[in-house]
Amino acid sequence: MTAIQILIDGFAISALYALGATGFTLIFGVSGVLNLSHGALMVTAAVVAWAASSELGLGSYAGAAAGIVVCTALTLATYGVVVRPIDKSRAIPPEEKEIFILTGTLLWGIMIQEFIAYLFTSNAKTVMPIVEGVVTIAGVRTPWNQVFTAVVCWAVIGLLWLLVNRTRTGKVLLAASMNPRGVTLLGFELSQIYVAIWLIYGVLAGIAGVLLGQFLGVSSYSVGPLTASAFSIVVLGGLGSVSGSLIAAYVVGYLETLTAYLVSPAYRTIPALLLLVAVMYVRPQGLLGRR
Amino acid sequence: MLECAPVAGRRLVRALLGSTILLAANASLSTVQAADPIRIAVIAEAQAIAGAAIPQAAQLAADEINAKGGMDGRKIEIVTYDNKSSAADSVRAFQRAASEDKAHAVIASYISEVVLALQPWSARLKLPFITPGAASNEIPLNVHKDYARNKYSFHGYLTSKAQSQAVCDAAKAILVEGRQMKTAVIMSEDAAWTKPLDEGYKECLPKVGLKVLDHIRFSPSTTDFNPIFSRIEGAKPDVIVTGISHVGVQPTVQWRSQQVPIPMIGIASQATNATFWKETNGATEGVLFEMFAAPGTNVTPKTAPFAEAFKAKYGSYPGYAGYTAYDEVYYIADAVKRAGSTDPDKLVEALEKTDWEGTLGRIQFYGKDDEFTHSIKYGPGLVSGMMMQWQDGKQLAIWPQNVANGKITFPSFVKAGTAAN
Repeated sequence: MTAIQILIDGFAISALYALGATGFTLIFGVSGVLNLSHGALMVTAAVVAWAASSELGLGSYAGAAAGIVVCTALTLATYGVVVRPIDKSRAIPPEEKEIFILTGTLLWGIMIQEFIAYLFTSNAKTVMPIVEGVVTIAGVRTPWNQVFTAVVCWAVIGLLWLLVNRTRTGKVLLAASMNPRGVTLLGFELSQIYVAIWLIYGVLAGIAGVLLGQFLGVSSYSVGPLTASAFSIVVLGGLGSVSGSLIAAYVVGYLETLTAYLVSPAYRTIPALLLLVAVMYVRPQGLLGRR
Repeated sequence: MLECAPVAGRRLVRALLGSTILLAANASLSTVQAADPIRIAVIAEAQAIAGAAIPQAAQLAADEINAKGGMDGRKIEIVTYDNKSSAADSVRAFQRAASEDKAHAVIASYISEVVLALQPWSARLKLPFITPGAASNEIPLNVHKDYARNKYSFHGYLTSKAQSQAVCDAAKAILVEGRQMKTAVIMSEDAAWTKPLDEGYKECLPKVGLKVLDHIRFSPSTTDFNPIFSRIEGAKPDVIVTGISHVGVQPTVQWRSQQVPIPMIGIASQATNATFWKETNGATEGVLFEMFAAPGTNVTPKTAPFAEAFKAKYGSYPGYAGYTAYDEVYYIADAVKRAGSTDPDKLVEALEKTDWEGTLGRIQFYGKDDEFTHSIKYGPGLVSGMMMQWQDGKQLAIWPQNVANGKITFPSFVKAGTAAN
């Protein structure tokens, strides 16, 4: 019975991790940006969804939509206010831009975190669930919300795959990630491609944040751990590799769930962190790293 | 004799003159003193709902006292500092309260770790200090162990040990006698305040008729409680006894979404906040939690009026630490009045003799010879607590009978034992 429970619980958590990390790795893959305000964007989505659905009484669908829209807008603002000006700056030497973007996005994330705590307090919030009740799967009582979370995560990841591999826009994005200069030579505006990729990233982070808020709940304190978890998954999977992140999300998700069930919930995150350290020593390029 | 008379007369005149001058000087001194406000520093976590209620409630008490002309003509001045739950920020604020803002007393934090960090500073700076909400037994135990040094700190809330006893007393009445329950699992967050709480539970639960089947401590950073509930269900207890404060929303929501069929009772600090229903989207329906004062209850004649005044001023009812902070301002002012001074040693002496009917009950402190020196006394006729339950968006008191304004009821997925008759 415990084995089935671990399978189900681990699957849902991992799906959420996968969706949370996909956008993060996507923008790294395409534009080389490690966005350390990632957790803050996800928490914004969840807190706005909570405020709209529970505080304003708009219901779960409108709440979720509000969370995703605000998160997407904030993600575009992150690009426009923090990343792009640093990228375009002539005052910063090109070899130092990466570290400036890291610092800039980190500070931006802290500002968002403080602002959320100021507006909504640091108490945790849970987003009004879209589906309620429980279903028994192989003798294990499972919340419908957990099933819903896993299904939506995989549907969104599937749609992203279709977008990247089956549409013209996707192919341009893919080409930009491989050879940005080549894409500009073909007549595409690189800055427009970047805006498109940040837009997609915003939607992904928004959906992941709202689902996380429905499933586990978030507070302003979740900002750091969420960024750290996305970062670990992306490093483990191989920087910039979307399929690597998906695999890494499942490795981390199941390792955490196994630890929580078989050892103690208090030690949940430790084995995954140890694995990460080990991977950095043995295989610094990650599981499916590109470089 | 006659010869001496003029000399004696001159002496008398001089003495009279001298004393008149002295009296006049004294009078002018006391006028200065009367104008000098009683300054109370409040250090709390403004971003947390429980913390925000502390400075707000303290200000409300000060406004009320000032509106009536102050305490012996001295106004109460509240100086607030946001410590963002950080012990380091709190220590800095405490030092500033002592050196720059010249506070006469400090009300600080509901987090035991923070209060334990401030206690040595209260001793060093000889600044009377009261916590409105931390629970660790260590706070009063430290006073008992080194009274001369630590006598400046007071524990304005119940110790973890007293709280575990309060939960056991309620569980005995409503679950063991009321619902024929026999077994329990303890579920607590890993923090300074829960160590003595859990020890207390393990000691008193079997005494009231609840056998402890398992004891789970989890990290306050836990987000997924499914493994914990799964382990609890495996032990098949009749009830889950909680010790949660830093966490609250997540376990409650997952208890509901997973439809864990076991009721929860115990300390759940976040559930004391009026906003908890919205934060959990109603998942808190049926959760039982210990509280010492609440809106709509008549713990004392001061309880409900304070809750309503707080709501009128700040828009929502206070968390538990709001009640204690409100009472603290009143009995600090009362102690200043009785001491006739803000001298720290005299103030401590007066605070020790506190006998104040607050919103929480009758407040007295344990003395130097008691184990929990300077902690408020627990028991009937003093501060005794009550068991509350969230029902349909409201916090209702269900035990003891004399303060109850609702009857116990559980959501349909909860197996709630067999009701006695």
